[in-house]
This record gives sequence, C-alpha cells and structure tokens, in this order.
Amino acid sequence: MVKIIYIEHAGKRHEFDVAAGQSVMEGARDNGVDGIVAECGGCCSCSTCHVYVAEDWFDRLPPIEPMEEDMLDFAPGMEPGRSRLSCQLTVTEELDGLTVQVPAEQA
Amino acid sequence: MSGIVVVGAGQAGLSLGAKLRAEGYSGALTLLGEEAWPPYQRPPLSKKFLLGELPRERLSLRSPEFYGEHDIDLKLGARVEAIDRDAGQVRFGDHVLAYDRLVLTTGACPRRLPAAIGGELGNVFTLRGIDDVDAMAPRFKPGARLLVVGGGYIGLEAAAIAARSGLEVTLIESAPRILGRVAAAETADYFRRLHRKNGVDLREGTGLRRLVGGPAARAAELADGTTLDVDLAIVGIGVEPAAALAQQARLAVDNGIATDAYGRTTDPNIFAAGDCASFPHGGGRLRLESVQNAIEHAECVGRNLLGAETPYRAQPWFWSDQYDVKLQIAGLNTGYDRVVVRNGEREGAVSHWYYAGRRFIAIDAINDPRAYMTGRRLLGAGISPDPDDLAAADLKTLTAA
Ligand SMILES: Cc1cc2nc3c(=O)[nH]c(=O)nc-3n(C[C@H](O)[C@H](O)[C@H](O)COP(=O)(O)OP(=O)(O)OC[C@H]3O[C@@H](n4cnc5c(N)ncnc54)[C@H](O)[C@@H]3O)c2cc1C
Ligand code: FES
Repeated sequence: MVKIIYIEHAGKRHEFDVAAGQSVMEGARDNGVDGIVAECGGCCSCSTCHVYVAEDWFDRLPPIEPMEEDMLDFAPGMEPGRSRLSCQLTVTEELDGLTVQVPAEQA
Repeated sequence: MSGIVVVGAGQAGLSLGAKLRAEGYSGALTLLGEEAWPPYQRPPLSKKFLLGELPRERLSLRSPEFYGEHDIDLKLGARVEAIDRDAGQVRFGDHVLAYDRLVLTTGACPRRLPAAIGGELGNVFTLRGIDDVDAMAPRFKPGARLLVVGGGYIGLEAAAIAARSGLEVTLIESAPRILGRVAAAETADYFRRLHRKNGVDLREGTGLRRLVGGPAARAAELADGTTLDVDLAIVGIGVEPAAALAQQARLAVDNGIATDAYGRTTDPNIFAAGDCASFPHGGGRLRLESVQNAIEHAECVGRNLLGAETPYRAQPWFWSDQYDVKLQIAGLNTGYDRVVVRNGEREGAVSHWYYAGRRFIAIDAINDPRAYMTGRRLLGAGISPDPDDLAAADLKTLTAA
C-alpha cells in the first residue's frame, strides 16, 4: 500500500492507502474525494480527474503522453508544471507520500 | 425518520447518494439495487472489461468500505417491485421500506430480439451488466463466429473487442448505415473503414430475418437471403428506459419517467435521474444515456432534495473507444444541416463540427482531444465559430474569442 494525500479544493485533506497498480484517480474515486468526478473511468477522455501535483513531485512522475497533454492543454485551470490527469498516474512504491490538490472546477 | 430511499444502485444512484453526504445530508439514506454487485461503471463492459484487461474490482465506483463510512445503507439483490405512494413505502421481496423522499435511478434495459425470430436462444446476449459479460464469456473465445446485431456504439465497441480477441465478427445493421441515429455520415464512414481494416465483416442495410437452431442459435438468416454460421450473437439495438415501476405507481411516463427541471416526477415526493428519466429541454423533453448525464443529473437532484431548487442544464458529452481510436463527442447534434471537417494538429486527428445554420451544436472528435476540449468549451459558452473559417482556424484563438 502506498500513501497518497489528496487535498480537496475547499482544503479538506485526506490520506489514503492506495494499492500499487491502481491509478491516483482510482484512489480518489474509490474513497469519494470531492471534485474527482472521473466520468470516463480513467481512459483519458474527460479530464474530470485533473489534479495539481506538488511541485517537488512533478519531475518524478511518469512522463505525459500526447493524449494527456492535449486534454490538459485545454482543461480549465491548467497550470504547466503542476497539472496532471490523475487517471494517468499509476501508483508505485516511488509515489509514497505524493500530494495532489483538486482544482476549483473540472471540465 | 424514514429518510431518502434511492431505487437503482447504478451510476446515478451512487452519484446521488455520495452527493447527498458530501452536501451534509445526515438523515437516513438507503440505496436499493437489484444486481448482486455494488455500484459499478458500465462503459468498460463493452471495452476493457470485455477484453479481459480490467479486473472486476476495478469496475466498482467506490471501495466496499465507502458505504459504511458514509452511512449509506446499500442493499443488493433488492429488486423493488412496487411503490405505495399513499403509504410512502416501497416493497422488495418480503420487505417494506418507508420513505420521506424517493428517487428512481433505475437506468435502462436493452431491447431484445423477439422470441419469434430466435431472440431467446441460449447464445444470444445483450450487454448491459456484469452478469451479461459473465454469461457470454465461455463462448467469447478466439475463432468463435460472432454475429453483432446493430451498428450503434455498443455493437461497434463489442465488434472491436471481439475482432481484437480473435473472434470472427460479422456486424449487421438494418439501417442504410451504422451510427445512423447518433452521428453524421462522416463519422460513420470513419468507423466503417476502421472496422473493415480490422477484419470485421460489416454489412449495412442488412436486417436479420431470424436465428435458427435450438437451444442455441446455429445460423442467422439475413433479410437479403444469405445465411451465416454463428457461435454466439450480441444484440445492440438500443435500450428502453426502466420505467415500469413508475408506470405501476401511475407517475407520468413520456420517453422515460417524466420529471420537471428539478428532477421531480408528477409526485412531489418522488424524483428521478439518469437513463430512466426525461426532463424538459428546448420546449420538448430529453432523455440521455450517458455517464455524464447520470452523474450530473443525479447530483443536481441531490442538491434539490436538500432545498437548492436548481434546474438541470444538461451539457452532454460521450466517448467511445474502438481499437486504438478515441472518439469524444460533445453537444447534441439533433437538427444539424452541415458538418465541417477539421484536420487536427497531430497525425490522424480529425474532428467533425455539427452546425444548424450558423449555430455550432455538437462535435465528434476522433483522436483529437484538443478539438474536443475546445468544442466543449465553446458549447458551454454558447459561442459558434464561423463554419467557413473553422477548417483552418487555430483552436486557441477560437476559445480566446
Ligand atoms: C456496455 C455499455 C457501454 C457504455 N458505454 C458508455 C460510454 O462509453 N460513455 C458513456 O457516457 N456512457 C456509456 N454507457 C451508458 C452508461 O453506462 C449509462 O448511461 C449509465 O450507466 C446510466 O446510469 P444510471 O444510473 O441511470 O443507470 P444504470 O447504471 O443502468 O443503473 C441502474 C441500476 O438500477 C437497477 N434497477 C433497475 N430497476 C430496479 C428495481 N426495480 N429495483 C432495484 N434496482 C433496480 C439496475 O439493475 C441497475 O443496476 C454504456 C452503457 C453500457 C451498457
Ligand atoms: S478519468 Fe477521465 S480523463 Fe481521467
């Protein structure tokens, strides 16, 4: 189990143990983090799983594939260097302690 | 202290329950579902789950602990058979449960082929729930000859997965072309080519006369007189809103359980949301079958149950994954008279923009998330880019306008 920290837009903080192999989105959805809607269920089609990752984490994450890049490019509240789609982040031991924040609005 | 009772533990029912708790509702909350499974997502059933790439647990919309932690009384295997509006009760099996407010999120049921033409034979399947996939799994094997009846999104997605899994696939569509009800000829042309390239024998304007055999279908006789050998058939010819319960309770039903803009049925204590419900839209009524609608309609009803009085404003969107192609749709294309084709920035990216006159009403984006996201934003803001300039337009400048 890997510890992931989710901060809702209103500031509420959750700490959940997420199984390696699941996505950061699934950890949020399974536990009901407000603001992670994940309408497409993780197939990079909706951008309603957009999160801001803490800056010191950004470069340690798996690279952004073209589909994700294009979805993010037009997502509301997109911030280069912080924005990711949480469904594209697979949880591994290396992500222990990752902190993600939910933006004000999703697409 | 009877609280809120929700009938239908699917996407809409779960979204409603979760929203009520997120908004601070602390009264009793019961979620009744006839299936044996806790609320799960259906889209992967015709995509990764059918392919066997997604384990069952990952279909679930919430962890098993979520319900207890949020004090949601989830009762599974509980098929509600009747509503007693005078007593304010629902009945399932031997149980009677009282409600203050009742919400119907019963979803939709796939249309079946008539028994007279073989619709009840043992190897003829529809695709709506986990149980349907489980039932067809033993026959869904490489080399098996699959007949897909119906060229809508579910039929096409099933055909794609089957072709990928090494089945021999024939897809028949009785209308002149696939996706006739939901998409423009340009989008249909794209997917016809894609399926043929992947080895699917796709036949349009070809109806099914009957399936022959018993207890399982062995062959299909088509309207054009040809006969095909089949090992299994998947029928994807649309769904009917699950409105029988509402009908029995004498609630108004009009292409689904009829609600007002706030999600209220003709009984002020009973609400409906999701695939089963139709709501006022542009002078008529609209019913949508999508995850987006199930979530947002249910969340809107949830807030209204707590006193918000917010009318539901649908912002429809839908997606479909076939082979390595991603289709993203936004808006409603009813009444379009022109389709503008725009090639995307990346190779293979293309989008089809639907116009009614000069008004932009919907988009189909194929491997083109940038066009999809732009189209969605324009629709939300009510902006119509000039159709004559669109093919060459820069997306960023369109949204900046
Ligand atoms: C194979 C497939 C692929 C799909 N792909 C997509 C897609 O790519 N994108 C998209 O946006 N949408 C897709 N959809 C549609 C989407 O899944 C539905 O629109 C959505 O699930 C609707 O949610 P709902 O809660 O209204 O209905 P459902 O999710 O169907 O839930 C209704 C639940 O109510 C239960 N129920 C019914 N009657 C009773 C009763 N009397 N008592 C107790 N329980 C009852 C049913 O058993 C069911 O579990 C797909 C659907 C299917 C079947
Ligand atoms: S869940 Fe839809 S893009 Fe991540």
